[in-house]
Amino acid sequence: MQTIHLTIVLAPLLAAIVAGLFGKQIGRAGAHWLTILAVGLSFVLSMVVLKDIYWDGGAVENYSVYTWAVSDGLRMEVGFLIDRLTALMMVVVTFVSFMVHIYTIGYMHDDPGYQRFFSYISLFTFSMLMLVMSNNFLQLFFGWEAVGLVSYLLIGFWFKRESAIFANLKAFLVNRVGDFGFILGIAAIVMFTNSLDYMTVFGAAGDIARQDIAVFGGSPWNAMSVICILLFIGAMGKSAQAPLHVWLPDSMEGPTPISALIHAATMVTAGIFMVARMSPLFELSETALAVVLVIGSITAFFMGLLGIVQNDIKRVVAYSTLSQLGYMTVALGASAYGAAIFHLMTHAFFKALLFLAAGSVIIAMHHEQDIRKMGGIRKYMPITYWTSLVGSLALIGFPGFAGFFSKDALIEAVRHSHWEGQGAVYWIAYLSVLLGVFVTALYSFRMFFLVFHGKERMDEHTRSHIHETPAVVTVPLVLLAIPSAVIGWFTIGPVLFGDFFGPSIFVLPGHDVLAELGAEFHGSAQFLAHSFTAGPAFYLAAAGVLVAWFLYLKRPDLPEAIANRMSGLYTLLDRKYYFDELWINGFAAGGRRLGRFLWTRGDELIIDGVLVNGTANSVGRLAGTLRHLQTGYLYHYAFAMIIALTLFLGWLLWLQ
Amino acid sequence: MDFNENLLSILTWLPILGGVAVLALGDGGDAGTARAGQMRVLALAVSLLTLLFSVVLYAGFDGATAAMQFVERAPWIEALSAEYYLGVDGISAPLILLTAFITPLVVIAGWDGIKSRPAQYFAAFLILEGLMIGVFCALDALLFYVFWEAMLVPMFLIIGVWGGERRIYATLKFFLYTFLGSVLMLVAFVYLYLKTGDFDFFSFMGVPLTLTEQQLIFIAFLLAFAVKVPMWPVHTWLPDAHVEAPTGGSVILAAIMLKMGGYGFIRLSLPMVPDGSQYFAGLMIALSLIAVAYIGLVALMQKDMKKLIAYSSIAHMGFVTLGFFIIWYMGPGSGPGLGMTGGMVQMVSHGLVSGALFLCVGVLYDRVHSRQIADYGGVANTMPIFAAFMVLFAMANAGLPGTSGFVGEFMVIIASFKANVWFAFVAAMTLILGAAYTLWMVKRVIYGEVANKHVADLKDLTGREFIVLGVLAVAVLLVGVWPAPLVDMMSASVDHLVEQLGQSKLTAGM
Repeated sequence: MQTIHLTIVLAPLLAAIVAGLFGKQIGRAGAHWLTILAVGLSFVLSMVVLKDIYWDGGAVENYSVYTWAVSDGLRMEVGFLIDRLTALMMVVVTFVSFMVHIYTIGYMHDDPGYQRFFSYISLFTFSMLMLVMSNNFLQLFFGWEAVGLVSYLLIGFWFKRESAIFANLKAFLVNRVGDFGFILGIAAIVMFTNSLDYMTVFGAAGDIARQDIAVFGGSPWNAMSVICILLFIGAMGKSAQAPLHVWLPDSMEGPTPISALIHAATMVTAGIFMVARMSPLFELSETALAVVLVIGSITAFFMGLLGIVQNDIKRVVAYSTLSQLGYMTVALGASAYGAAIFHLMTHAFFKALLFLAAGSVIIAMHHEQDIRKMGGIRKYMPITYWTSLVGSLALIGFPGFAGFFSKDALIEAVRHSHWEGQGAVYWIAYLSVLLGVFVTALYSFRMFFLVFHGKERMDEHTRSHIHETPAVVTVPLVLLAIPSAVIGWFTIGPVLFGDFFGPSIFVLPGHDVLAELGAEFHGSAQFLAHSFTAGPAFYLAAAGVLVAWFLYLKRPDLPEAIANRMSGLYTLLDRKYYFDELWINGFAAGGRRLGRFLWTRGDELIIDGVLVNGTANSVGRLAGTLRHLQTGYLYHYAFAMIIALTLFLGWLLWLQ
Repeated sequence: MDFNENLLSILTWLPILGGVAVLALGDGGDAGTARAGQMRVLALAVSLLTLLFSVVLYAGFDGATAAMQFVERAPWIEALSAEYYLGVDGISAPLILLTAFITPLVVIAGWDGIKSRPAQYFAAFLILEGLMIGVFCALDALLFYVFWEAMLVPMFLIIGVWGGERRIYATLKFFLYTFLGSVLMLVAFVYLYLKTGDFDFFSFMGVPLTLTEQQLIFIAFLLAFAVKVPMWPVHTWLPDAHVEAPTGGSVILAAIMLKMGGYGFIRLSLPMVPDGSQYFAGLMIALSLIAVAYIGLVALMQKDMKKLIAYSSIAHMGFVTLGFFIIWYMGPGSGPGLGMTGGMVQMVSHGLVSGALFLCVGVLYDRVHSRQIADYGGVANTMPIFAAFMVLFAMANAGLPGTSGFVGEFMVIIASFKANVWFAFVAAMTLILGAAYTLWMVKRVIYGEVANKHVADLKDLTGREFIVLGVLAVAVLLVGVWPAPLVDMMSASVDHLVEQLGQSKLTAGM
């Protein structure tokens, strides 16, 4: 088994190295065949691992591959922890990556950086696998930053575009703000356990939770709360939770395949995965869970609202991703880790599908991304149309589709969570996820209608060239549409309400809302039927679709009128709540101003001007003054000698 | 053959004598002559041979002991009981390897770029290499002092002769700063000599001293070493020296000479005056943290690439001193060696990364004759291979895991959290600041549309440049992916030092 694990990780790495360094020699076809075979191999072997550990009852494996370094008793290692949570993530990551690799052949067909692109996405697969398979915090941090690096390289893939290289710098720096918290969290863990190994740390969790740490002037904070909140700051960066979400919409500057792979399906869910993996820690801090819950709620609802006013096809999907990540985070805060991971999985399929479908539209539209210039594309692109419909229905949680099962279960879990009856926190979370359903349906079908239905608003030249994209594009769409449609039906029972995760996720007995819900779960069909009567979620989604239909197909004049009537609100949404201004004009510009001040005032004026050169100048001036005494005229010296001699003699005489 | 008897002498004197030979051979008055060609080959051969001997050192080095190895001891100035006393342990050996590794790269990098007085240029670097290795080997204070001061001369000449426009200002500032600092070190040596009767480092470590004595000696050492590191606020000579120095000079300055300061603290200050060090530890930590935050912000605003990397060096060296001095704030048994090891790994890593970045700037400077960020833009379009290297080294500078830049910073941040939450808080700001100043430069220089005609005319790396950067890239990645061999070399000596620092050497009754 260990050889299989290593192969899963190393195959994409080797492919990335070869495609990156020898791209010229192996050519375009060589690059895509090599990387596709490598990631395909990883996918197949990941399936083997999942099969072994779930169906065949294989044991959890936890071992060290090599010792990175040992210093004063702290072992820093590279190793794998393969349990069911990991195995599920491995399959999701390699499957989506596999699909995206194939799709890329079509999407990047004419790009001069073809080999480089394949090298990057293979490197990404490697990094992401290192992240999910890690058995320790060091390797987690490595994977965490490595996926960030690849994200940086890929957002800026078209490095001539000013907007792309702005976006990639922004993404990296905002993520570093999150990582700042993350590394401090890891440092805190080492302080209490002197270990980086998951199992050792989890074993000491109860002990940590009983200790305090002095943060502000000796006032003690609970150590576990500090650790979990710091770790969660890292998750906020990677999983784009408010207020660290600002990088994700801009990341759409990257080519669409990576928007699907990295910025929808896998990398951005790393934060969700991390918190689920750390459930033995988070469970022991109510404070941290409350923070997670509230941050997730804010992201789920308010980022969804922004999706309604976006006109760039990819940005609509990006805001949708933010909102759905918020949903997952809320589930984490409600201790429904299984629901979060389950939604992560279904979301990976349907969101990758939606992105790739958007990419398919973009190819057909000759890289036009403004949905106001589309419309009526349905008849030109039937496969893209139908797969998009599947993706959209899955996203809004239409009964029967994958997203329905995961989202409905998630909402129910929040509703019955241990926060129930705890006042504001509970209502913020529950109302956010509930109202978010309406918002999701509204923005999803606004985009769907504007793109595929209604008047054809593109120019004649573009219109005459629209046709369905080639098979390398449509086959992945179909392959992703299948799980988007049906996977929820088959997996909700075993994954969510069965004992799928087992010991890989730890929930306190009093928090275990999924177990409560599971007791009432009697098969997918009953769950489906129940949704019409249990809560308002289905009706909210239907209302969203109806409103979208009314506003964008029936009365397309209305949206503008509404925007004009409510211009204050519209501007607030259009400017994305001014978060960009806060970060760019506030922190970034402030940092630069402070830097300039310290440089010109501190270094140049005070240290160099006054202290260093000031001293030198003073010495110079003194020397200059003294030099005037040395005139070179003999009679000056003679005169000085006589005066001095007289004074000296006078002094001696006076003394006596 | 067994060289172990006098391996350290070979490592010290081979490059110095080689440098003299290069000087004697000369360059026929012009860089283009056949004589100059032979001279270059000789210089490269000497530096490679030194590298080979350093490999012998590595192979024979025993990481399990903290004792001095490859010891050579002979009377030198009998009247003063000064000895010719060399030896290495886990603290000095990695720095010797670094020196021997970097010098051939500098020789290759300057191969045909140096047009005026090439023989003297290469000789200066070889002699400098020997003197630097001498500093790392010397276990006799007088010998140490001689190497330490002699080192200034070739560097003074390198900046003053082959430097840029303001080289005279820069070289004087460099010389005066470092010279003033080290004179006080000599005073401290003389005081300790009067107490012990010889110049043996180990006598200095063993002699009991009052707290006042230790404080004064610490201050004398501090001035010498803080200038070299350099620590805020005695750092302003470094940006000037780097900007004016030729590429090779910048590389050696950043990669090795700055390490002298860190080495001085860990070899002299800490073990010789442990109580004095403890007394000033708070101050040292404060200065280190100022270097990380203040200098990080200053680096952000630099318009000159070399200045930016120079400031970045100061910020990164802040981790070295931070790692060394947090030990007194960490409880017993909490792994105090971690910060110290981190600081030492950071020294080696910084040598590789900043050296590589200065070489990258040199590659651009050779072509465009400008160091201004504003004169570039879109270099990736015309120099894709170079761009890949530059991004890699930039990421290493930003401390990305998997590169050497991460290893030391990670260890020091982890260790400083144990000492005090706020130390770690400020130190971890480097994650944001380091990425900001480095990648913002990359954005403006490497990415974007081709900015101007100069950039459009750029030719990608020559074979020679490719080798130099490629070798460094491999080293940066190797240390990042598997730092164990480096860390293992150090651990016994670090443990020993930590133990030493646990024992006060105050004189009884004080």
